[in-house]
Amino acid sequence: MHGKPLRCHSGLTRFNPQPRSGTGFEIQESDPIAYIDLGVDETELPGIRGPLRFRPETGQPLLELVEVLLRGPHSLTPGERELIAAYVSGRNECTYCCSAHSAYAAAQLDEGMALVDQVRADLDNAPISAKLRALLRIAGAVQVSGREVTPELVVTARAEGATDLEIHDTVLIAAAFCMFNRYVDGLGTQPAADPGWYARASERIVNTGYRQVV
Amino acid sequence: MAHIDLGQDEQVYLGIHGLIRYRPETGRPLLALNEALLRGPHPLTPGERELIAAYVSGRNECRFCQGAHSAFAAVQLDEGMALVDQVHADLDSAPISAKLRALLHIAGAVQHSGRSVTPELVEAARAEGATDVEIHDTVLIAAAYCMFNRYVDGLGTLAPDDQEWYLGPAGRVATHGYLPVLDR
Repeated sequence: MHGKPLRCHSGLTRFNPQPRSGTGFEIQESDPIAYIDLGVDETELPGIRGPLRFRPETGQPLLELVEVLLRGPHSLTPGERELIAAYVSGRNECTYCCSAHSAYAAAQLDEGMALVDQVRADLDNAPISAKLRALLRIAGAVQVSGREVTPELVVTARAEGATDLEIHDTVLIAAAFCMFNRYVDGLGTQPAADPGWYARASERIVNTGYRQVV
Repeated sequence: MAHIDLGQDEQVYLGIHGLIRYRPETGRPLLALNEALLRGPHPLTPGERELIAAYVSGRNECRFCQGAHSAFAAVQLDEGMALVDQVHADLDSAPISAKLRALLHIAGAVQHSGRSVTPELVEAARAEGATDVEIHDTVLIAAAYCMFNRYVDGLGTLAPDDQEWYLGPAGRVATHGYLPVLDR
């Protein structure tokens, strides 16, 4: 069975960035959109990029964390780890993070965006390894609550060959994206207006990683 | 017993302590984030920021994080654990400033979902004098504890039942901060 591909859009747009003509209140591209004045052009720096620039003291450890989790030496490939991030972000309906990490996963998986869409639409039937499916089920539990992770979910992953480190990092990636998703949406930042932005960002992430973002 | 073999005595390294030591590559940036958020130079005191962490951890029902950050808040607030307990029990009537109450309402929304933060909640905090940095850090502290709580409980770590236990780490964190946690 093929699941219907899910878009990353939550359907909730707090703010319509289309300029309204003739009202005297035309919106300029550089006008602040988020709940706080991030001091950046938010059309150039969508999603988390504005908050990371606004507060580099916290931005730096956040980028270091994501670099280690998603790109450090590991038995799961960067594409597989980005897929966990995209899956959790989709379940949290965070449009920016879901779009970004879906693109980063697609760029690093042989099967590309088709596989990312399948995983997000119907995890049970997506053509991935039994181990990755079991790890994504753990990630899905973490997205609800840490206390949803049962010994049975962990035993199942282990039976499919998952190591302690893979289980640890799956839990921490899922938990970290429960943070990033809330950070991005809780400050009212906007996703990229141009969908092509994510593909361009993914090239930079794949080539140079997360540390250069700020 | 945790869900994975942390390679150490879990009765000694409880809660997040075992996890930080198991994987220092991620432990170090997690401690640096905590240090910047809860103890870095800021218009909110460390006690007020620990109170936000404790409040969110309570709502996520994470016993270890709630016990730890309640103790860390209590030792750094003049009113001590009595105030922390009041905030947990009934935020609306707890004797705190209107600004801190408005920030805790934002933190409570973040605990549910980033998309639960409304312009009205932000305006209410701003009307009580909250600055952009205070609003930013409240959102990020609340979001970060949605991570820490899931990390600690998602790996099935142990939490002490005795609330007195948390006073030991509370004294060390209040004096030396979070960065030396990895070296203990």
